[in-house]
Amino acid sequence: MAGKGITDPTDLAKFREVQQLAYTAAQAVGDSLRPGMTERQAAGALRNYLLDHGVEDWFHIPFAWFGDRSAFRGFRTSLQFFPTDRRLTEHMPFILDCAPVRDGYVADIGYSGCLGTNPIFERLIRDLAEYRDLIVTRVNEGLPLGQIYREVDALIVKQGYDNRHRVYPGRVIGHQVGKVRSRLPKLVAAGFGIRSLQTLASELIAERLRHRSPLWADGKISNHPASPGLWAVEPHIGFRDVGVKFEEILVVTETGRAYWLDDNLPHVRRWQRHASAR
Amino acid sequence: MIRDVIATDGVLLRVYQSGAPSAPAVVCVHGYPDDHILWDGVTAELAARYHVVSYDVRGAGASGKPAERRAYRLDQLARDLVAVVAAVSPARAVHLLAHDWGAVQVWHALTGEWLAGRVASFTSISGPCLDHVAHWLQARLRRPTPKAIRELVTQLVSSWYIGFFQLPLLPELAWRSGLTQRALRMVEPSSTPAVADTRHGLQLYRANLLPRLAAPDPRRLTIPVQVLAPHRDPFIVSSLQTDIEQWVPNLAVRELPGGHWLPRTHPQVVARCAAELIDNAEGGPESRALRRARRRRQQRQHQPFHDALVVITGAGSGIGRATAVEFAARGAQVVVTDIDQDAAERTAGLAATLGTPATAYPLDVSDGGAVEKFSTVLNEAHGIPDIVINNAGVGIAGPFFDTTVADWERIIDVNLWGVIHGCRVLGGLMRTGGAGGIIVNVASAAAYLPIPALSAYATTKAAVLALSQCLRAELAQAGIGVVAVCPGFVHTNITNSTRFLGLDAAQQQAARQRAGELYRRRNFTPQQAAQEILHAVERNTAIATVTPEAKAALLASRLTPGLVRVLAQRTAGEWHESRGTRPGTPQRGGRHDPTNG
Repeated sequence: MAGKGITDPTDLAKFREVQQLAYTAAQAVGDSLRPGMTERQAAGALRNYLLDHGVEDWFHIPFAWFGDRSAFRGFRTSLQFFPTDRRLTEHMPFILDCAPVRDGYVADIGYSGCLGTNPIFERLIRDLAEYRDLIVTRVNEGLPLGQIYREVDALIVKQGYDNRHRVYPGRVIGHQVGKVRSRLPKLVAAGFGIRSLQTLASELIAERLRHRSPLWADGKISNHPASPGLWAVEPHIGFRDVGVKFEEILVVTETGRAYWLDDNLPHVRRWQRHASAR
Repeated sequence: MIRDVIATDGVLLRVYQSGAPSAPAVVCVHGYPDDHILWDGVTAELAARYHVVSYDVRGAGASGKPAERRAYRLDQLARDLVAVVAAVSPARAVHLLAHDWGAVQVWHALTGEWLAGRVASFTSISGPCLDHVAHWLQARLRRPTPKAIRELVTQLVSSWYIGFFQLPLLPELAWRSGLTQRALRMVEPSSTPAVADTRHGLQLYRANLLPRLAAPDPRRLTIPVQVLAPHRDPFIVSSLQTDIEQWVPNLAVRELPGGHWLPRTHPQVVARCAAELIDNAEGGPESRALRRARRRRQQRQHQPFHDALVVITGAGSGIGRATAVEFAARGAQVVVTDIDQDAAERTAGLAATLGTPATAYPLDVSDGGAVEKFSTVLNEAHGIPDIVINNAGVGIAGPFFDTTVADWERIIDVNLWGVIHGCRVLGGLMRTGGAGGIIVNVASAAAYLPIPALSAYATTKAAVLALSQCLRAELAQAGIGVVAVCPGFVHTNITNSTRFLGLDAAQQQAARQRAGELYRRRNFTPQQAAQEILHAVERNTAIATVTPEAKAALLASRLTPGLVRVLAQRTAGEWHESRGTRPGTPQRGGRHDPTNG
């Protein structure tokens, strides 16, 4: 994914459209979930919705995590990310996570929901708002990504939760995305589209030469400010058997200014409703 | 006020009344060898709010003393109780409070036809229903599991005197010569027969035991009942009086510190427990302690912390916060304190999402006066705690000669005085409450492991360990267990708040990051530590080591103390080398304000 230099307004509009589509799909599937449905069924519904709306490839296939799997409890291997036959029950939290590609434009989103009410979920999703503000502010200030990662960690500790994005491969809280320009066939290997993997791999090598990484974690390689381009950022916090996250695209301009690609997203609207209700 | 009531067979019963006649009546029935004086302490506590009645049971005190055995049958004793109840509270249902043989006769009366609708609640102390005893024996003989056999043997050994009392004349002689008194005092120091004439009471044993035990009935009782079972009752195995759920659906059981004569030794505790049941039976709210006592036996075993009141200091972060959350997850009501009120409130908020009440208070544990004020507020708003966790602490690290007097005073104030105040004030509240409990003092593996650069921290923690062990011995009688917890490397905020002495700001930051990285890699979470603490509380462990390295270090410090000392010296040598210093030379560099309270 050549993420570099995407500041073209037409390109950005296309990315915004795919991201809107992905979130709309996740919300529609989330609203349709009923007790007894399995993760496989939810992931399948998400996949079908997106295929019906012009998606032709995946950065990664749709995932669905129910109950304590939303907090990745007991995850030892990457295989455990794949959808299972875990069934949804009343008051259970869930996360739908998908990364569709349409016309070469990628979205990578995470949607947190809950069947019915759950006080832990309500609290976590409300507290997630602070991370969205913290991250964009710090990237804007030009802080090294590794340091921002540690600040996010400190906020997690202060709020009394635990860091769940460290369970992702490479402990990443985010990664760069861009347009997929590959001639490989549209195949999926280990859950990832091979064309996307190819672009990510070449990006990894290119960035590595500049002692940077398209992956954002807390290691030494993230000891640099965000490179210009698009970053899919996914803070994921957990408390006991509940995990919540959002994932959306952060735009970093050539001058280092950072802003979220789109504010009209389900979690942002939820916070706005909550703020106006108070 | 004293009056006489004539029993159905003409025997005179002396009745003593105090308190407000218009208030609910509480009728107290004493056992053997006692008379109404047994209840003096309890009466003094209850008289302000209730109409307290006690009487001398036939054969004791100023009541009549018929000579024939027949006159002491339980049926007749039940009729005596009916006569007293009718005389003192003709219209309104009464509450009964009974001890020993008094309880035995009340059980008999209540499970028969004599008092239907006349009794609103019953608090029974160390006196079972004889029919239940027979079932208890039968059940254990039918299924002689190791536990059943142990209970049977214990009970039979405890009941030696019952067989003796069945003999003719000898028991009378033994009482008269003072032998029985001496033997009783040997097994139960608080036993001082209050009555001059113990002869007639022997008929209780002779007239009732064999008939009831030989042909027991399934005796059910549906009114609210509460059993107070003392831990150290040498005459009655606890389960003999508490394992009765099948006959008593509305049962509360409180196992309390103390011996057989609880009404005499712990009148305030007995009065408080009785009052809670009476008030609830009269339509008042159910107290937390009563709700806790009413849990079924199985629930008590599987959810030991349900409805317990747990106080945790320094609960705004790390192990304190995780412990509060873990207790809340197990159904406990938590009260959290921290010097940082926002952090404490955050913890209470998290605990509350788990569905149990949680409250936060700001508290500087090093301030004795503040701890006392908090204790008053705690007692008024929430009651007496079942578990107190003295967790608040700070860390400093650095060479001994860089540690100033102010540094020493600060860390001793928080880490040692904080725990002293917690034990003194909150533990004191527990002791007064008389229901026992657990005090947990969070020490450290540094308490037994010499680590250079941690002299100040380790000193405070070693003192906490010593304090805990002394207190454990001292408070065992009061039923209060004291647990010293030694965590080891748990990934908490303490590395960020630890002051590294003799370093400038940048070095300090780097040292914190290094320590933080070490702890992060170790990755033993506060949640894991909290689970270990709950486990230690459940088992009342004397010294609870948390991480594997803390366990190993404790073992090493006991088995190979010389090796541990050599290692400590080596570490110190390397450490001085890395800092380019020799022991004892003052360090350059700034000194910084404490970052944490």
